[in-house]
Amino acid sequence: MKKENIVMINRNEIASGQLIEDKDIYKENILEHYKYPQNKREIKECTIKHREFNPLCGDDITLFLNIDNEKIKDAAFLGHGCAISQASISMLTEKVKGMKVEEARNIKRDDILTMLGIPLGVVRMKCALLSLKALTKGLEKQ
Amino acid sequence: MQQIIEIKPLENCNEIQRDFPILQEKVNGKRLIYLDNTATTQKPDVVIDAMNEYYKKGNANVHRGVHLLAQRATEAYERAHEIVALFINASFEEVIFTKGTTESINLLAYSLAHTLQKGDEIVLSEMEHHSNIVPWQQVAKWKGAKIKYIPLTTDFRLDMEKAKELITEKTRIVSVAHMSNVLGTINPVKELANFAHNVGALMIVDAAQSVPHLHVDVKDLDCDFLCFSGHKMLGPTGIGVLYGKKEHLETMEPFLFGGDMISEVTYEDATWNDLPWKFEAGTPNIAEAVGLAKAIEYLQKIGMENIRAHDIYLTSYALEQLTKINRVTIIGPKDTENRGAIISFTVENIHPHDLAEILNRHGIAVRGGHHCAMPLHQKLGLTGTTRASFYVYNTKEDIDTMITAIQEAQEIFK
Repeated sequence: MKKENIVMINRNEIASGQLIEDKDIYKENILEHYKYPQNKREIKECTIKHREFNPLCGDDITLFLNIDNEKIKDAAFLGHGCAISQASISMLTEKVKGMKVEEARNIKRDDILTMLGIPLGVVRMKCALLSLKALTKGLEKQ
Repeated sequence: MQQIIEIKPLENCNEIQRDFPILQEKVNGKRLIYLDNTATTQKPDVVIDAMNEYYKKGNANVHRGVHLLAQRATEAYERAHEIVALFINASFEEVIFTKGTTESINLLAYSLAHTLQKGDEIVLSEMEHHSNIVPWQQVAKWKGAKIKYIPLTTDFRLDMEKAKELITEKTRIVSVAHMSNVLGTINPVKELANFAHNVGALMIVDAAQSVPHLHVDVKDLDCDFLCFSGHKMLGPTGIGVLYGKKEHLETMEPFLFGGDMISEVTYEDATWNDLPWKFEAGTPNIAEAVGLAKAIEYLQKIGMENIRAHDIYLTSYALEQLTKINRVTIIGPKDTENRGAIISFTVENIHPHDLAEILNRHGIAVRGGHHCAMPLHQKLGLTGTTRASFYVYNTKEDIDTMITAIQEAQEIFK
């Protein structure tokens, strides 16, 4: 497992110490994924099942992956939490479906932020990146 | 018993606001409305200045050295103990400075563990903060003791009938929050102390939320120990208090060992210093003690009775306004009797963090989450709540802005 895949919060964001300015993080695509999540179901016979929990806000994600021939055939999740965490995992399951495992392992923090397309402060970053943590740690089990 | 007081806001609230430099900060171009006082409070200029003065003119180690600065530092540090002692009606030797409530409870847990035996029982309540659960769980595992929890009634108060049944001859320690940091409930700790003493158990009060807001008198409560933090009462972080009845502190084992807590040390053994220093090993947080003393003086100038009246005024108005909004559920008593200025609530279909984020756009700081009381939230079937808590610098207008912001959030998540 490569080191750069570990989800890390950039400490510089804390050091900047600014009071968080107004940012429209509740864009339509985020709210859509939150209200109507994609792939929110259990995969009973899955290759990988992995749960991640963020005690700070109670975000809870269980990721299910079905891997065949080094390819992610199916991805789904169950869980609950804030709009950011749930939209993020909903979008990520869409993104990794059909992807090669090696490619999925290489998804990084910035890819998630691009996928979400919203500016996030250090606190909400944890919500946004819980999905990636579930994927990275889940794939480690393989 | 609750005192009969006239319910009115602080007349000089605008002046008070000007004493707090951080309240002049703008959030998204808007006035900062700080409603996260249960987590920590803001600091007035007098507290910040007192700490700066200490570093500029009095910094030295305490209880060592005879030079001028050592004298100034020692005097300031000991005076802080006196001010705290008078504030809670204790005596000087009964006031121990710690890092905060958490350390105070840990000190008790470790020190009292020496007296526990297998099968002894520790009684807590279901509404405790993690800091009044986890240390006791560890002690219980270590000594083979058992923890029992006083359950809640449907109106979020302690079931005192059950409490009476749970506190038995086997009970050695009863440790309960004076004011819940989630529900706002003010618990009848005086009555619990009576239950505890009837069976020969010790009564510990977690007063982190009550001492900043109520007139607390340890003699009146007749508790054996009481713990609180400076930063929740306009003082700095890194300073807290453990009050203990002298008779107990004298026989208890120290928690931390090292410099200043000793009387005489040989290569083989050591004897302990007098109270309260026996429990204050190492160089203490002197500037923070100075800051806490100044914060207490500031609170006393406003008057604890006036603060309580202001709290009731704001809480009653906020409860009334929140109840008017559809799909908002208040998690705590619905009236202001024996209730502090802490209101936790849920808004249907909006996660507390999303609500807190939208409130932030209006300059409002609230807390979203489980507020370090996971077992309570699990018990109530909640993953989290949003919490608004008030203090001396908050106004009715702050609550109006919060209500508007909640309605805006409901529009976004419609």
